Amino acid sequence: MNNYTLSLRIIKDRGFKTLVILFSFITIVPLLFILFHIIKNGIGVISWQFLTSLPKPVGEVGGGIANAIVGTFILIVMSCMLSIPLGVSAGIYLSERREGWLASLVRLSVDILQGIPSIVMGILAYTWVVLSLGTFSAFSGSVALGIMMLPIIVRSTEETLKLIPEMLKEASLSLGVPYYRTLLKVILPAGASGIVTGILLSVARVAGETAPLLFTAFGSPFMDVNIFKPVNSLPLVIFNYATSPYPSWHQLAWGASLVLVGMVLTLNFSAKLVTKRWKVQF
Amino acid sequence: MESTILTIEDFSAYFGTNQVLNNVNLSVAQKKVTAIMGPSGCGKTTLIRCINRMHELVPAAQVSGRILLHDKNLYSMNPIIVRRKIGMVFQKPNPFPTMSIYDNVIAGYKLNGIRFGKRERDEIVEESLKRAALWGEVKDNLHRKGTFLSGGQQQRLCIARALAMHPEILLLDEPTSALDPKATAHIEELIAELKKQVTIIIVTHNIAQAARISDFTAFIYLGELVEYGTSEKMFTVPKDKRTEEYLTGKFG
Amino acid sequence: MTNQTSLTKSENTLRSQPTVETESPSSTDYAYPPDKMFFGLLNFSALCTIALLIAIFITLIVHSLPSLKAFGITFLLKKTWDPVFGVFGALPFLIGTLLTSFLALAISLPFSLSIAIFLGEYFREGTASSLLKSAVELLAGIPSVIYGFWGLFVLVPLIRIVEMKLGVAPYGIGILTSAVVLAIMIIPYSASLGTEVIQLVPSDLKEAAFSLGATRFEVIGKIILPFARSGIVAGILLSLGRALGETMAVTMVIGNSNFLPTNIFSPANTMASVIANEFAEATETIYVSSLVEVGLLLFIVTMLVNLIGKYIINRMSVRVHHE
Repeated sequence: MNNYTLSLRIIKDRGFKTLVILFSFITIVPLLFILFHIIKNGIGVISWQFLTSLPKPVGEVGGGIANAIVGTFILIVMSCMLSIPLGVSAGIYLSERREGWLASLVRLSVDILQGIPSIVMGILAYTWVVLSLGTFSAFSGSVALGIMMLPIIVRSTEETLKLIPEMLKEASLSLGVPYYRTLLKVILPAGASGIVTGILLSVARVAGETAPLLFTAFGSPFMDVNIFKPVNSLPLVIFNYATSPYPSWHQLAWGASLVLVGMVLTLNFSAKLVTKRWKVQF
Repeated sequence: MESTILTIEDFSAYFGTNQVLNNVNLSVAQKKVTAIMGPSGCGKTTLIRCINRMHELVPAAQVSGRILLHDKNLYSMNPIIVRRKIGMVFQKPNPFPTMSIYDNVIAGYKLNGIRFGKRERDEIVEESLKRAALWGEVKDNLHRKGTFLSGGQQQRLCIARALAMHPEILLLDEPTSALDPKATAHIEELIAELKKQVTIIIVTHNIAQAARISDFTAFIYLGELVEYGTSEKMFTVPKDKRTEEYLTGKFG
Repeated sequence: MTNQTSLTKSENTLRSQPTVETESPSSTDYAYPPDKMFFGLLNFSALCTIALLIAIFITLIVHSLPSLKAFGITFLLKKTWDPVFGVFGALPFLIGTLLTSFLALAISLPFSLSIAIFLGEYFREGTASSLLKSAVELLAGIPSVIYGFWGLFVLVPLIRIVEMKLGVAPYGIGILTSAVVLAIMIIPYSASLGTEVIQLVPSDLKEAAFSLGATRFEVIGKIILPFARSGIVAGILLSLGRALGETMAVTMVIGNSNFLPTNIFSPANTMASVIANEFAEATETIYVSSLVEVGLLLFIVTMLVNLIGKYIINRMSVRVHHE
């Protein structure tokens, strides 16, 4: 360092800062690009008819994504039903048991579950549900998505509950309230905002997932609310239409992308809102 | 003469193998204020937490000996029943943040799933808040959450909450140490009134406070009951040398 | 339930003599029956979580057995993947995965590191900071199928132009394109972790360097980055884990070729994309089993990478707490 003149060091300093700022903002460019293309190409496609009609075979005008929207909704509701009870319970368990070999094992399992590639989830749901039922189904898709939601819910529940001061528990226990009621009626309500945030974030995560659905929910041209039948979903629509050779379908894919991105952003935003408005201060 | 409501017999308490209380023997007089004082870490908080069986909630906590409430051993009762008969107010006011003032007062019933008609509930809330000298200040805001109250008011809310269960004994764990002098004075006045209805055991590290408000005082040091007697005698002519040293501030 | 201290003989003599009404005082999980049931339920859900993971392992292994038995270790070494003739060698996908992931990592590193330094050191607060933070969050939130879609329609033509300029076959799709899309997708992971660890660098260390006349660049290079090194490595590992398992975006732009890629412009397949492309049509047991085995491999590799990353993070937080 002693060899360099002061001005050279200053040039390096300024240059580095410029480089850092430059690179940081270059990363925003793809984001803007993506949003721009989605909005530009998708906005023209969105119409009431688009949102409420069923897909049509290629060549016919006026296909829509109604069943995909409904299907996405069904998948989300069912994955929530599968993952929330188990996830919240496991989260409560971990917040109560800071030490212990079982708790460490659970934490390890949750970490591993979180990292499982989504396509592998598809394989699992396929072997467990599709093979057993003999058909593709919304249910199998929810199983895959539910397992993906589980680690996020467990973690956020655990973190939220750990933050709740011990004295709240003590206040309740000192009134002669049994421990389980204290957890359910005092601790959980106090941590509700964090738990709901975790659920919203995990839903945002799986709402856009395609890979687990490729051979489970599978997609369908029909409107079907039977959970034991294949079901369409927004990400599947985008994938199928985008990779098809028909320009009219590509258009529809942009429209569906706009709807999906809108949904995911709304969920993420709601999660932030829940934390802000609802969070209990201690 | 006073009758005894609580008898502590040969009582010891442990955290694992670490002994915190050693062979305490104490009789608490009914409808009087008994202060438990001593330096930090002497075991006084552990003692009252053993009385309402909160001590055992810590893993590896153990006790030996007996604590008799009207001749019935608390340690052979269901701990939940014990805690309904013996209420506690903590050092830092801890009203339930998700509940309104109204709900806080009847929390003991609500959380236990004990239901009353609206009229009865209103009566309990009003009675408890009056006993805690808080009714006038909150009666128009019963359905707001308690977090807007000042520290002293929150503490009185906690007292009302404990009183709503009609306990026979009220345990106060340094209830004014987090409060300013004015709020402290309020609570001390309140205690003087309350003792006519409820037996009060108060833990305090404030010697002056103990002298002001208590009828009887116990001095605990290093887990042992060093001295116990009427406050009048204790603060003027302490029998044990350690008591005297504590009172004169030789150790904190 | 098991945390409760079990009483030894000697301790027993110290205890009071409880009557029949209660058991000895216990810790948080009470003798009180409803509490016992409740904690039983909690324990059960904990066990379910572990059981789920074990079930996943077992399922993958069981369904890979046919191809494990048939091919053994050659599965990883042979480069011919021919469902028609029943020959399954997964080497092309291993190479495809490694190439795309590491290339993506290399491309993303300068950017995520810049963001980490930007947010962690230069601009910790303020509008520029919130703007960048939101942008990074948005990047992380976009579903991968949309990245793939955009990649297919916007990036592929661009790369085609570049390839024509370079004189290579203008496929447009291929390893390079996948790596670029992947790079954009994984930036948020190392960026956010990097930001956190850079912010954790103790200010007195930095101030000592500044007071000796160092420039900001020098402090960053010689003090901050070395201190935050393990966190940055952890972030890189987590990004890598994400890149390895990423399916949709890659599937849509990698070209779906089962041949061993020859250079970064070749179309190829990754472990994830071959499953996505072929699983639904695989009929014979050996075909399905080979695909499941690819999935098993993917699972194990991703798991190891993620666990190492998490381990580093845990060690770091222990270190921070002890300081």
